[in-house]
Amino acid sequence: MRPAHVLTRALLCTLAALPFAASAQDLLIRNATVHTVTERGTLERADVLVRNGRVAAVGTGLAAAGATVVDANGRALTPGLFGGITALGVVEVSLEKSTVDNDPHAAERDKAAEPRPEFDVTLSFNPDSAVIGVNRVEGISYAMVAPGGVSGDTVIAGQGAVARLDGRADAMVAPSRTLFANLNAGVSRASQFMLLEQATREAKPTPQMRDADFRLLTPTGREVLARYLSGGRIAFSVDRATDIRQALAFAQKQGARPVIVGGAQAWQVAGQLAQAKVPVILDPLVDLPDSFDQIGATLDNAARLHKAGVRIAFTNLNDGTHNARKVRQAAGVAVAHGLPFDAALAALTANPAEIFGLGGEYGRIAPGYVADLVLWSGDPLEVTSIAEQMWIDGRAQSMRSRQTELRDRYRPGAR
Amino acid sequence: MTLARSLLLALAAWVVGAQAAPDPFKSTYQPAASAPTLIRNATVLDGTGRRLDGADVLMRDGKIAAVGTGLAADGAAVVDAQGRWVTPGLIDVHSHLGVYASPGVNAHQDGNEATDPVTAGVWAEHGVWPQDPGFYTAIAGGVTTLQVLPGSANLIGGRGVTLRNVAGTTMQEMKFPGAPHGLKMACGENPKRVYGDKGRSPSTRMGNVAGYRQAFADAQDYRGQWQKYERELADYEAQPQGGTARRKKSAGDAKPPTPPKRDLRLETLVGAMNGEIQVHIHCYRADEMAVMLDLAEEFGFKVAAFHHGVEAYKIADRLAQEGVCGALWADWWGFKMEAYDAIWENIAFVDAPAKGCAIVHSDSAEGIQRLNQEAAKAMARGQRAGLAIPPERAIRWITSNAARSLGVAGEVGTLEPGKRADVVIWNRDPFSVYALAERVYVDGAVRYDRAAPPAQPESDFLLGQPAGGAL
Repeated sequence: MRPAHVLTRALLCTLAALPFAASAQDLLIRNATVHTVTERGTLERADVLVRNGRVAAVGTGLAAAGATVVDANGRALTPGLFGGITALGVVEVSLEKSTVDNDPHAAERDKAAEPRPEFDVTLSFNPDSAVIGVNRVEGISYAMVAPGGVSGDTVIAGQGAVARLDGRADAMVAPSRTLFANLNAGVSRASQFMLLEQATREAKPTPQMRDADFRLLTPTGREVLARYLSGGRIAFSVDRATDIRQALAFAQKQGARPVIVGGAQAWQVAGQLAQAKVPVILDPLVDLPDSFDQIGATLDNAARLHKAGVRIAFTNLNDGTHNARKVRQAAGVAVAHGLPFDAALAALTANPAEIFGLGGEYGRIAPGYVADLVLWSGDPLEVTSIAEQMWIDGRAQSMRSRQTELRDRYRPGAR
Repeated sequence: MTLARSLLLALAAWVVGAQAAPDPFKSTYQPAASAPTLIRNATVLDGTGRRLDGADVLMRDGKIAAVGTGLAADGAAVVDAQGRWVTPGLIDVHSHLGVYASPGVNAHQDGNEATDPVTAGVWAEHGVWPQDPGFYTAIAGGVTTLQVLPGSANLIGGRGVTLRNVAGTTMQEMKFPGAPHGLKMACGENPKRVYGDKGRSPSTRMGNVAGYRQAFADAQDYRGQWQKYERELADYEAQPQGGTARRKKSAGDAKPPTPPKRDLRLETLVGAMNGEIQVHIHCYRADEMAVMLDLAEEFGFKVAAFHHGVEAYKIADRLAQEGVCGALWADWWGFKMEAYDAIWENIAFVDAPAKGCAIVHSDSAEGIQRLNQEAAKAMARGQRAGLAIPPERAIRWITSNAARSLGVAGEVGTLEPGKRADVVIWNRDPFSVYALAERVYVDGAVRYDRAAPPAQPESDFLLGQPAGGAL
């Protein structure tokens, strides 16, 4: 323990001395166990060269004059992790309404079930939230910022997008924009589909429809929903197998690209999901029937879906915002229950990037990819491993957060 | 003597602290039949702080018989645990299994009697549904003992019950024989929000503390009434011309004293003041824990543990000095204001002082399945902060320290000879995300075996439902 600790200190001191504007400078990470999340797999004692914020080369014996050199000393290097479906940057303290910005119906509680496709949660995103910092130091470099419909009662809760978590003002990555529908809304399931159907009619009206036929959506809502219904991405929060089938049928009929979020019973329809190339974003820790929609919830869900050929990614459905960082543990548990390690790592990196339209740029360590990288103290899925250094766009990130400040203030012997 | 009269006398004797309270809901727990078993050649973390490599654990008659190297089988069935790790059965001091059972339908909301801020007379055990599937997933995580508590809506929410985590049709079949009750109290945001929203007290932290104090002041008065009754009864019994017939002939003072009316709320609080009920307080902030310690001193009760204690690290030395445990999460935070100052190192910092007592608790049907991983996270962060926390120390957070706060340390929590043989065989170092409990013994009998899963779901609720099956 002790020697590794000293080495870590030395590494961190080196990085702390870097000017923050090191972006233009090349970075060479040497001698790492590089989990590329590509067909090249895991490379032992490999180097990663970063130029202009992108990965320039991955191999052995790389050199770059003038580059900042970091010796990984054999430790694991992964792509930055995806934090799941979160309210990062839009919720600071869940029970304090003044800090909660992800609820489409905060101003109109009496219409709680009504679709609000025009609600755009990204407008309230605060890149300086302490909650983001706490998760960033755990290797979370990007996450979906979603409207509150994930666990709320609104059938169409609005739009979200993937945010990069390095504190930049323009954090949202445009191709990731997604409409969130909630089929776990706790109202009659048939009425959810009734509302979806009516909203769809209003968004794609027939010439015969008169003004009185537009009762549900605002004009803006109609425009937004129409966009998503012509090839857009719609994430459905849904657990029950039969509801998953309904969601697929709805998306297919309307020409949208569905993503399943939750999917406790998705293993029961794994073949259909694989065939339709519909991905599932799940919490691998869900194994109890929290509701009747989750009868048959099992720790094998991730392994079964993967085996059937379904693209999976992970989220923490318990407190996916403050504890978004727990997705890494959940991935490890999925491995303990039959998911191959590489598939679990992909579910934290390349798969969510692919699902949200960022494939080819994020989630892998390969030439041309954005240099979001994490250096780990050990196995990246292990609960005892710690993110020792993180780079976003090739920039070394501060590994301090509000929590590390508190830790150091109250460290035994510090006071 | 009639039954009613004997109960009365027992109550009176209990109030004055002379004897244990009668329990109308007696445990009917019976250890399953077990053969003597020798677990051989494992890495043993015994729960006392020791690690033994290549060691054996001998169980006989449901108890730990010996732990050491090269033990003789002496007729015991031998289990080869080469490459495996062995720990005491894990203990969760904060669970709502059974009272907030899966599925979480309205009918299963039995954990908060949120109709009055002081409901010390309600008992969690009367809300426990033994068919909660969560009990079965918890034993797959190595949990053999758990305390089920009422929720935190109320200032004083009622009594908690300590259970053996075994399949039962009734709560009594699971009830830990002889384990003291817990008393659940709650600080801070929850009670003042629940009752403030109803337009009644408490609506502030001031109201919270006034509420506890009035309740305990009432309990002091109640105890005084029973003590007075006890004295009068003793005087009456001691009159020289004993016997009912004679007394009737004497005048005035010869009437037997009238006992006070029983009050179930105050009985519970008197039990806490007598030290017979372990006091568990849901309390996040350091400053509020300090107020509760003063309150405990004012009314003469001892706090067994602060639960959740997200800021316990700020007063770690004081908690250690006063012998109060911190029952904590590894990483929950931020869902409300009083949970904003969480740090990963909380558990390790509470553990650090001499006599520090850190416990990892779950408060969650998911978390109870992986107490070992929660402890692992806390251990790793403590190590990174420079504290020497080997696994043999960290395992105490989910075994012996937990047993201490529940008042059952004489029976469970370590692998010392004579203790109940609650034992987990792990497929590897339990402080790993990949670790799985392979076999779990309760009182020396196998109650969970990963290699031989039951053919049917063990919870009646899951029977006949679409279920997982084999991969």
